Amino acid sequence: MTLIDEAPMSPYQGDDPDSGEPLLEVRDLHVEFHTRDGVAKAVNGVNYSVKAGETLAVLGESGSGKSVTAQAIMGILDMPPGRITKGEILFRGQDMLKMSDEERRKLRGARIAMIFQDALSSLNPVYSVGYQLGEMFRVHLGLSKKDAKAKAIEMMDRVKIPAAAARVNDYPHQFSGGMRQRIMIAMALSLEPDLIIADEPTTALDVTVQAQVMDLLAELQREYHMGLMLITHDLGVVADVADKIAVMYAGRIVERAPVHELYKRPAHPYTKGLLDSIPRLDQKGQELYAIKGLPPNLTRIPSGCAFNPRCPMAQDICRTDIPALQPVTERDGGELVGRGSACHFWKETIHG
Amino acid sequence: MAELSKQNEPVDATPSVSEVDVADAHTEAEAVAAIEAPVERGEPILQVRGLVKHFPLTQGILFKRQIGAVKAVDGISFDLHQGETLGIVGESGCGKSTVAKLLMNLERATAGEIFYKGQDITKLSGRALKAVRRNIQMVFQDPYTSLNPRMTVGDIIGEPFEIHPEVAPKGDRRRKVQDLLDVVGLNPEYINRYPHQFSGGQRQRIGIARGLALNPEIIICDEPVSALDVSVQAQVINLMEKLQDEFNLSYLFIAHDLSIVRHISDRVGVMYLGKMAEIGTDQQIYDHPTHPYTQALLSAVPVPDPDAREGRERIILTGDVPSPANPPSGCRFRTRCWKAQDQCAEEVPLLAIPERFQGEDTPAAHESACHFAEEKDVVHAA
Repeated sequence: MTLIDEAPMSPYQGDDPDSGEPLLEVRDLHVEFHTRDGVAKAVNGVNYSVKAGETLAVLGESGSGKSVTAQAIMGILDMPPGRITKGEILFRGQDMLKMSDEERRKLRGARIAMIFQDALSSLNPVYSVGYQLGEMFRVHLGLSKKDAKAKAIEMMDRVKIPAAAARVNDYPHQFSGGMRQRIMIAMALSLEPDLIIADEPTTALDVTVQAQVMDLLAELQREYHMGLMLITHDLGVVADVADKIAVMYAGRIVERAPVHELYKRPAHPYTKGLLDSIPRLDQKGQELYAIKGLPPNLTRIPSGCAFNPRCPMAQDICRTDIPALQPVTERDGGELVGRGSACHFWKETIHG
Repeated sequence: MAELSKQNEPVDATPSVSEVDVADAHTEAEAVAAIEAPVERGEPILQVRGLVKHFPLTQGILFKRQIGAVKAVDGISFDLHQGETLGIVGESGCGKSTVAKLLMNLERATAGEIFYKGQDITKLSGRALKAVRRNIQMVFQDPYTSLNPRMTVGDIIGEPFEIHPEVAPKGDRRRKVQDLLDVVGLNPEYINRYPHQFSGGQRQRIGIARGLALNPEIIICDEPVSALDVSVQAQVINLMEKLQDEFNLSYLFIAHDLSIVRHISDRVGVMYLGKMAEIGTDQQIYDHPTHPYTQALLSAVPVPDPDAREGRERIILTGDVPSPANPPSGCRFRTRCWKAQDQCAEEVPLLAIPERFQGEDTPAAHESACHFAEEKDVVHAA
């Protein structure tokens, strides 16, 4: 199973995002869908990387391409109608897009696992949760049914499901939403993967349960020293758990920054708009800031910067030239580690 | 019904809500006249007293026996004042949507009264009920399923006029619908389009236009923005605030997003398992919560400020919300509460100003249904 060498474990690795090789690296990824209304360009050149022990949050609205990127990484993109037209997805330096189906199957679940948004529709209603959890051990490790069930109970204990041994034969509908999400987490963690992709893991949950689940996820991530890629649209959740953030809009990364930097000084008008539209205490009774207009239709992405029709700073150049993701610096040219903005006017946005 | 009389749970005292001024209407015409009468700004327009809704659980096919009840709403009381926004927050399953349905008279209450301008709408029928329904309208959560895909926008927004033709004469309807589209910020030329041609935010605007069509006085909004993208949510919230000023509306705003509720609401009620846990002005609830559930709820909300994450004290509740078919005895929150003692299992705490704060002029002196109410500022605790 472990053909690939384990990354050197260092307890401080998570705190310093510059050390260590990236676990996962996405390079210039392009995904499109062929639909009746034309070609929908869902992902248009995405680059990012995740290291062991690090949490990358991919932030974006519906249709920004954040989930499609995750599906492409996992190799569960519906093809057709989807098509990866360009790019590389490197896992520990190996391009997964060039691997055979069998090689990918060995990585999927064992090295990279995914937690889906809607646990009820992601679990199979006609098998008990114990059977579904045990499937990981039976298929990947070749354990017997009995051993797999014992492992399943162990995993349910790990994610703090009360009375795991008694509930292992229960079916998904017998669990509450929060417990189902724990089972999803247990399933993703069962083979101790290096990287977990969590696609809106708490969107369907209530805030009190969301806090429980996010806490659990953070604790397990620390314990196993995993890379975590968190896909969400919730600016609050991101602020709580992320180390670095990639903001997506219309299939592109428009801004990249460490978490504290992003909230303090956004360098892209879209990020700035999103942060300003959160209701704040001192704005009670006033109008909320709202980004005007709607997210673009992916079959007709505006020319130039995709955000230009909604942007308060848009100039002629924004309608003609696509801005590249360029490094963001201090006013005096000092380097800001890990920051980038795909805006022609990032200087004006960040430095006022 | 029989089961209700068995319970001798005390009724909430609600001292701050005014006594209900029951209008004496003996005939339908008098009832209609009372409903049509205007209400002063700030006066109570809707008064809910001891509202209960139990959904029966039955067993057997031919001879159905009732074996229990899902106590979705179990005795709540509140006032909605003219021109204000009352926010209702709570987790899923706490009964907030059932309250909305009861207020719309879409479900019959098991017990309790809903007074609209002094008329108990749970007992009205015929012309008087129709007049009430004209004045209480609803905006739904999911703009994708609440609009009929086979009807044009003009038909959807104009449909209320079919039932209440007195609002707009036939020849006038098209123009009225176009006015409404304009009011909610949509192009009036879109009148012949179908819902699928619009985005989520635009559809919610159509839903709001339909709610406004009959010039209602109260709009009940059941999670109106939770299905929308962040950047579009702010647009819809701004629109709703603008319409409230323009048409002098009262909102009952049901949502689970606490920051949006705080932004739009004048007063906020926190529900837990069919009961009101705490109610007060937005400042009282958010800055001076006294009920442990409110404190836990507020502290669980992720704050969009990464600098706050290290120092913030968070109350992580254990377990899930118990089933409303078999709620815990005494205080319903006791099974997840860190303050629970024997008293909590035996006595149902009343929704009233806690004794220790009575007579004091502090923001903590608001109604809270807890035996051990204590002020704790969780939002600013850093």
